[in-house]
Amino acid sequence: MVVELFLDLLSQPCRALFIFAKKNNIPFVFKHVELLKGHHHSEEFGKVNVLKKVPALKDGAFTLAESIAILLYLSRKFNTPDHWYPSDLQKRAQVDEYLSWQHATIREKGCKIFITKVLVPLAGQPFSPETLEEAVEELNSALKQFEEKFLQDKPFIVGNEISLADLVAIVELMQPIGVGCDIFEDRPKLSEWRNRVEEAVGKELFQEAHEIILNIKELSNLQIDPQLKEHLAPVLRKMMK
Amino acid sequence: MGIELYLDLLSPPCRSVYIFAKKNNITFTFKQMELFTPAAGSSANSPTPRQQHSDGFGKVNVLRKVPALKDGGFTLAESPAILAYLSQKYKTPDHWYPLDMKKRARVDEYLSWQHSSIRPSVFKIFWLKVVFPLYVDQTAPEEKLQEALEDLAIPLKQLEEKFLQDKPFLVGNKISLADLVAVTDLMQLIAIGYNIFEDMPKLVEWRSRVEKAVGKELFQEAHKVILNFQDLNNMLIEPQLKEQMKPRLLKMVA
Repeated sequence: MVVELFLDLLSQPCRALFIFAKKNNIPFVFKHVELLKGHHHSEEFGKVNVLKKVPALKDGAFTLAESIAILLYLSRKFNTPDHWYPSDLQKRAQVDEYLSWQHATIREKGCKIFITKVLVPLAGQPFSPETLEEAVEELNSALKQFEEKFLQDKPFIVGNEISLADLVAIVELMQPIGVGCDIFEDRPKLSEWRNRVEEAVGKELFQEAHEIILNIKELSNLQIDPQLKEHLAPVLRKMMK
Repeated sequence: MGIELYLDLLSPPCRSVYIFAKKNNITFTFKQMELFTPAAGSSANSPTPRQQHSDGFGKVNVLRKVPALKDGGFTLAESPAILAYLSQKYKTPDHWYPLDMKKRARVDEYLSWQHSSIRPSVFKIFWLKVVFPLYVDQTAPEEKLQEALEDLAIPLKQLEEKFLQDKPFLVGNKISLADLVAVTDLMQLIAIGYNIFEDMPKLVEWRSRVEKAVGKELFQEAHKVILNFQDLNNMLIEPQLKEQMKPRLLKMVA
């Protein structure tokens, strides 16, 4: 039975999973869960992931949430090349360290920019330039730590080859790019790392995964499901405080 | 040279690392760090040597956070990474981080999920209740505390319904890293007087089970500092430091 991956490529963690599975020729069924249409709130999807989030995995009767857990599961089940999640304990620990640290930093702040610029107006809430400014500042701070602690002068986060850490990092950093926030500008080290990661993934696959987010500027064409809009309103208001 | 663990048992992630190491008889040097002494929270440029931000610690952990591990020339931050590293290096009993792919995935799933759910909620409530008054000389507005406590309700429910369900532990029949990380986080609030498991008997029972599996003595020992959190009020904090921390704390209640 083939693994099912429940994805929306609008979502950063979904892109990491998509890229990882494709790159490693892992056979899977792409189950499209359209976030803007509120599919993640459907009863059907609730059976796959009661947390109502993407990505999710279904492997027979086994369901799994959280992109990092899914990435690790796939790497073990399909015995992917060592560099993705090295068997060397210390290198592995360095991947784990990044994957843990990034939740409350790169991921959270990158999301905040996306939410402020795209979701908030889409949900009919007032756009707050101060919130955006703050989010950008916070991301800048996280990027500084990323460069100084995680990347340093190495080609990739953990040594000489791409790993899950780079993959998870790059998809998050592409989110602000998609909404016009060029975080690679004036950051040559980061830019070079991005190019290296893109090359290691394969330009075509990288572009394919990022097609939706990179074309999100067609905002006027974007619509959000009215029920979802209602659900999001209080959530966003709180987030933007 | 054995490993060094840089810890302040006031911090939940530090407690999970401490309990894990002790329970598994892993030899380590306890390097006492102090998050909330007069030295805490200072900037790296401050003139007097500060405990957590002294240059020595900076070399161990560029992120300047606890917990941190030093194993010879190798340094590591982030408790999930430290826990996984210790479990693999010292080949601890399988139930902590099972080799079985699906069970291991469940541990990974919890360790990932908790970052953006339980952990930030616990952090916020603790800072509002305990840290805020230390630096701002007044208690945090009650509505903000109530709001933060209400926000905890959702992840708590998810913990019970998605992660625990009817199992004795989060990942099956035995304690794992997931239970350790969860319980040390939630103990932060229980210790400062919040009955967060009210009307949630399943979680009450689970917490007891975890304490038993860890060993009552070790569990109590690890939680001694947080259980005596009132002692923090006896700290004398430099006015300069108060001024530095104030804006951050006031922002939390804005």
